[in-house]
Formats: sequence, structure tokens, C-alpha cells
Amino acid sequence: MTSRRQWLALAIVSVLLLGGAVAYGATAYARYQARSAAPSDVRTTNALTTTSEPHIVFRNTAQGQGYGKVATVPVEAPSAARALTDQACDRVYATGEVLSCLRIQRGVPTTFRASVFDRAGAEVESWPLPGIPSRTRMSQDGSLVATTSFVTGHSYATTGFSTETVVSQIGGESFGNLEDFALWIDGEHLTAADRNIWGVTFAADDNTFYATAASGGRTWLVNGNLAERTLTAITNNAECPSLSPDGSRVAYKKNSGTPDNPHWGIAVLNLTTEEEVVLPEVKNVDDQVEWLDDSTLLYGLAREGAVGDSDVWSIASDGATEPSLFIEHAWSPSVVTK
Amino acid sequence: MYISLSDAKSAQNTPETPGKRPTQSATTRVSSVVIALGIVSMFTDISTESVSAILPLYITGVIGLSTVAYGVIDGLYQGISAVVRIAGGYAADRGDQPKWVAFFGYGVSAVARIGLLFASGFAALSAVVAVDRLGKGVRTAPRDALITASSEPDNLARSFGVHRMLDTVGAAIGPLLAFAILFFIPDGYSTIFVVSLAFAILGVIILGIVVPNKHPRAERATATAEPKARFRWRDLNDRRLRRLLLTAGLLGLVTVGDGFIYLVLQSKSGFAAEYFPLLYVGTNVAFLALAIPLGRFADRFGRARVFILGHVALLAAYVCAAVPATGWQLTLVCLLLLGAFYAATDGILAALASQATPVETLASGIAAAQTAVAVSRLIASVGFGLLWFSLGRDAAMIVVACGLAVLIPVTAFIMRDFLRSARHA
Repeated sequence: MTSRRQWLALAIVSVLLLGGAVAYGATAYARYQARSAAPSDVRTTNALTTTSEPHIVFRNTAQGQGYGKVATVPVEAPSAARALTDQACDRVYATGEVLSCLRIQRGVPTTFRASVFDRAGAEVESWPLPGIPSRTRMSQDGSLVATTSFVTGHSYATTGFSTETVVSQIGGESFGNLEDFALWIDGEHLTAADRNIWGVTFAADDNTFYATAASGGRTWLVNGNLAERTLTAITNNAECPSLSPDGSRVAYKKNSGTPDNPHWGIAVLNLTTEEEVVLPEVKNVDDQVEWLDDSTLLYGLAREGAVGDSDVWSIASDGATEPSLFIEHAWSPSVVTK
Repeated sequence: MYISLSDAKSAQNTPETPGKRPTQSATTRVSSVVIALGIVSMFTDISTESVSAILPLYITGVIGLSTVAYGVIDGLYQGISAVVRIAGGYAADRGDQPKWVAFFGYGVSAVARIGLLFASGFAALSAVVAVDRLGKGVRTAPRDALITASSEPDNLARSFGVHRMLDTVGAAIGPLLAFAILFFIPDGYSTIFVVSLAFAILGVIILGIVVPNKHPRAERATATAEPKARFRWRDLNDRRLRRLLLTAGLLGLVTVGDGFIYLVLQSKSGFAAEYFPLLYVGTNVAFLALAIPLGRFADRFGRARVFILGHVALLAAYVCAAVPATGWQLTLVCLLLLGAFYAATDGILAALASQATPVETLASGIAAAQTAVAVSRLIASVGFGLLWFSLGRDAAMIVVACGLAVLIPVTAFIMRDFLRSARHA
């Protein structure tokens, strides 16, 4: 076997392999361009007619123009044409006054950012996030914002999964990483190395909040106090809480699988009677639920077989009804009532 | 048969005479086989790192899961990889076919990339990652044995330096390539997987047709005119190898992951979290720039000496991270020290293990040393995480620095036979 023949074979194989990869990339680019220039799969409108009446703000996941952009529909007509905005967010939450937007900025290297926009769409504040956006919530008056991001994704850093959850006053001080708050479980101060906090929901007093604390494969629903910088466990196996508008109940994800292979359903806890109702949703819910009103919950579910697409579903908070489709091709809903 | 990438013609025209020592000019040159193996590693690392850089984005963005399970499983794989590594070394020694064992390992990882194109759920994805790690575990020791067998004993550390430099170049290119693809095609994960597959196959093919096989046992039998020695576990129980394993394991226990050091640097300097990935780039640049010079230096000054000095650089990096002063200059110095630590220890350890092991058990000896490091560093990461939260960041850093400061002289004593002379020690 001569080496010249070997080199020739190697040259041909290299050209075929790398040429094939480049050709695949080129067609993928062309397909992406065609897809994002195509008309949206859903009816859209550019008129912001919904801001004065109760409306739902969400991330539009319908293929075509406007994919990934923030959109709104009236609460009364969720399947009406959606009003698209120019803001692209991977996770969004809005109150009447401000909107919190977490996004992935693709590039070399890819970075992550949180921004707060006012009603007119102007950026009020913006800061970098340490990892992939996961959850965001604001207090009812729009003065506090919470962000959760996954701190992972460095190809060389294999220290495992962790989250960073930060609460800040808009235009003011940050309360910092909630991991630095004192965590109390059954009267004991938990200082374990692997503790993680995520998924904040605020009460109306702008001091009390609820969140998830986790350590050693267990999770707890904790009651947080911003002034005292404490987190106190209320119950276990509860993630991504969401406080009802009347402040009487908390809805959250409840894991019926194992920590490594979770299957999350939705449960609602009455904070006064400590009674828990598990809702009849059999699909795996990986979202922080949102209250449409005091008796209905909204949450996102990935659309099977469609990459990067999802739908928003609704279910009665007392477990009396089966889930029903609320907004197609949508993700990260928040309800703005005033 | 030697095929050089740089001067194929001259190598053909001057075939080596068996038994005759190559000329001085040849000993100072790194074998083209080592360069070819470095290129194989570079392409394979481009393939692996381009995928692992975007895996969390893919899991959360496309599969739509939180990354909870990912971290848990990742730790498990590191354990599996350590066990498989020993098996790969044993297989290479037993069959006296290191090239084909390495080829099998690279091939398994390449096949796993095909699975990536069809993996839709989390379970399928973690299976693919597991198979990839298995392949990596199998191939490492046989490949390093090939590097040893293809190098002159006099420039062994330099050869490993060349290989690790090319390897690190691949690890740096991979993530950049993946992020560039996502920049142009936001949902271009399948393109990344296809590109990754192409590089993986290219690496396997270069290994298959360019790198000649070596039969360390058979070649030694020819050279010494003794019958071909058999693989004996007993050879692994050599006093020198035992001391090297003990040293590598002890020092590994006080080697905390870069990620932790970066966290200390970041929380102290308060630079924006978005620049975090640049710290990895900085360390890698220092590593690849220093790998060859430190390898050459080790060949002259003594490999064990440089290996121990590398840990002094690590100690300096700890101190640099722990001192209360701040500033970007300090961060840069810290990254440079970390890069120097890797350049002075990663390839050098394989070179030292080669020296301390008879040819008959070469790959197993290298595998044992690398496993000792991998397992002890895994323990160190978990332990440091616990220290961090029980004592606080700065105190944890100081405890580990003190541990390293004590263990450096202790291991230097254990390694005294190696340290005594500069050459072939």
C-alpha cells in the first residue's frame, strides 16, 4: 500500500465529509431563512388594542414571522388574533406597568440577559444572567422582579446542575442570590452544599414571597421574607410555586417520579387549611403555573413532535375539570388585569 | 512504516534500520505519528466539545426539560469512564494492538454521534452521551501508549506536549464553532450534530489510515532477542508505578475543578457573569501555549520535577484566587498559572507512567495513573463543594491551599527516586 494512495483516499474522504457538513448547514440556513420569512401559522395583528382591557402576555411560538416574540391576546378571547410586539424573549412576565424579559443572546460566546421594559416598550433596566433563563416573576405593583437561571452549560464545567435566583427592586437595590438567605427546614438551619432556590412568586405586600428550595434530591415550598432575608419550609415536594390573586392558595409542580427522572403534576395548597388538591393533569408539566383568576390555572406544555413549539393549557384550580387547550403555539403566559 | 505529515517523502527515502539508534536530529523531532494522533484528538475534541457546549441549551430549549437530571447523570458517567479506562488499557496490552483498541474507542464515540441525529427524548440523549463517554474511556490509555511507543524516550514529554496542545486547540474550536452555527441558524442543532459527526468520522479515518499500529511487546521481543513477554498483572505492582499512583492520587485530592476557582475569582472581582466562559478560554490558551515548551523543559530538567512544579503553580493559583486584592491583572495571572499547571501535569503524567511501567503493561500503567487522577479529582470536587458551604468561600480556598502546600513536599518525598536525576528518572 503506497502512502500516496492513502493520502488521496484521506483527501477525498475529508472533502466529502466536510463538504457534506457544509452543504447540510447551508440548506439548514436557507430553510431557516425561508421559515422565518414565511407568514405566521396563526392570525396576528400589529395593533396593540389589548393593553387597556385584561389581557395575556406570552411568548409566541407559532412558526413563521414573529416566532419568539412577545404577543398579547384579550383574556376574553384567547384564540383571537394575537398582537405581536418587537421584543424577543425566551421567558416573559408582565404586570400592568412593566414587563420582565429573559433572553438568550446567540453569539460567540452565547450570553444571557434580563431586561425590564415599561409600558411603551422602552428598556428601563438590563443586566446579564449567569446562565440559561428559566423563570421570571414580578410583584403585582411591578416594583420587584425575580429571575431564575440555570448555571451550567460551560463545556468544561461539570460541577452539576445549579440555579441562581435573584430578587431585585426595579430601579433600586438587589436583594442578591436567594441562596444567601437563611434556609429553615423543620426548625433547623440548612447549610448543605447543594442547596438551590428557584421559582419565586410574590405576595401583595412586596416583602413576602414563596419559592422552591432543594437539597439532597428533596424539594420544599418555602415562605420567604425579603426584610429578614429568611426562607422557611412550609411543605415538601413542591416546585415553582404560584400564589393565587387572592393570596389564599399556592399552586405548584409535584413530582411523582424520582429526582433523576421526574414526572411533575400540578397541585394546589390552601395556605390556611393546609389542604392539598392534586389536579387531573397526567402530562409532565415543567413550568411555573400562572393564575388566570382565583379559580383557573394556566401553564405551558411542549407540543409533541414539534421542536421549539408549545401550547398554553388551562385547568380548574379545584380539580373539578380536565385540562383544556387555552392558547395554541404559546409559552410563558402572564395575566394582566389592570 | 512511518508516514510523516510534514515530510512524507524524506521519511520514505530514509527507512530506519531496525536496531540502529536514530541520529541526534531525529531524536529532537517529534514523530509524525504523534502529530497525526494529535490531529485525530483535535478533530474528536471539536466534535465532542461543539455538542457539549450547546447540550444544556438543547435540553432546555428543544427537549423542554430543566437541566436537573443532566448534572446528576454527568457525575455518574465520569465514574463509568474511569472503570472503562482500565479495561481499555488492559485490552491494548493483552492483544498488543493499541491502535485498534484506540480505534474502537474513537469509533464508538463516532457511532454515538449518529445516535444524536435521531435522539429525541432525554433518555435517548443521555444514552448517547453515555456511549460517547465509554468510547473516550476506552481510547485514552491505548492512544497514550501509542504516543509512547512512537516517541524516543528522550523527548517523550515533548511528544505528549505536542499531542495535548493539538487536543486543546480542538477543545477551544468546538464551542466557538457550535455558537457560530447557532448565531446564523438559531434552531440549528441538527446542523451542529451533523458537523460534529463529520469531524468525528474524519478523526477515526485519519487514525485508521494514517497512524501505523505498534506492537510494543513484539517489538521489544525483536529488539532484545528474547521471547515475547506475556502480559502479567504482577508488572503493574511495580514499586515505582505504585509511588506514582499514590502521588497522583494524593495530589488529585487537593485539585479542585477550575469552575470553583473561576467562581472565587468572579465573586471577588465582581466582573459580569457573561464573561465567565472567557475564563475557560484564557486557561486553555495558556495550556496550549505552554504544553510544548514545558514538555521540552521536562525532558531536559526531569519530568517528575516538572510534575511537582506544576502543582506549585496550582498552589500559586489558589493563593492568587484567595488573596483579598482584586483586578483583571490578578485574574490573568491566575489563569496563566492554571494553564501552566495543566501543561506541566496532564501529558507529563502519561510520560511518567510510561517510564514507570514495563512495555508489556504500558497502556494499563498509563490507564491506572489517569484513573487515580480522575477518581481523586471527583472526590476533591465533591469535598470542596461541602467545604465551600460549611466554611465559606475564602476559608475553603485556604484549607485546600494548605492541604496542597503540605502534600507537595510529601509527594516529593514519595517520588524521591524519580526526582534524583533529570534524565530517565
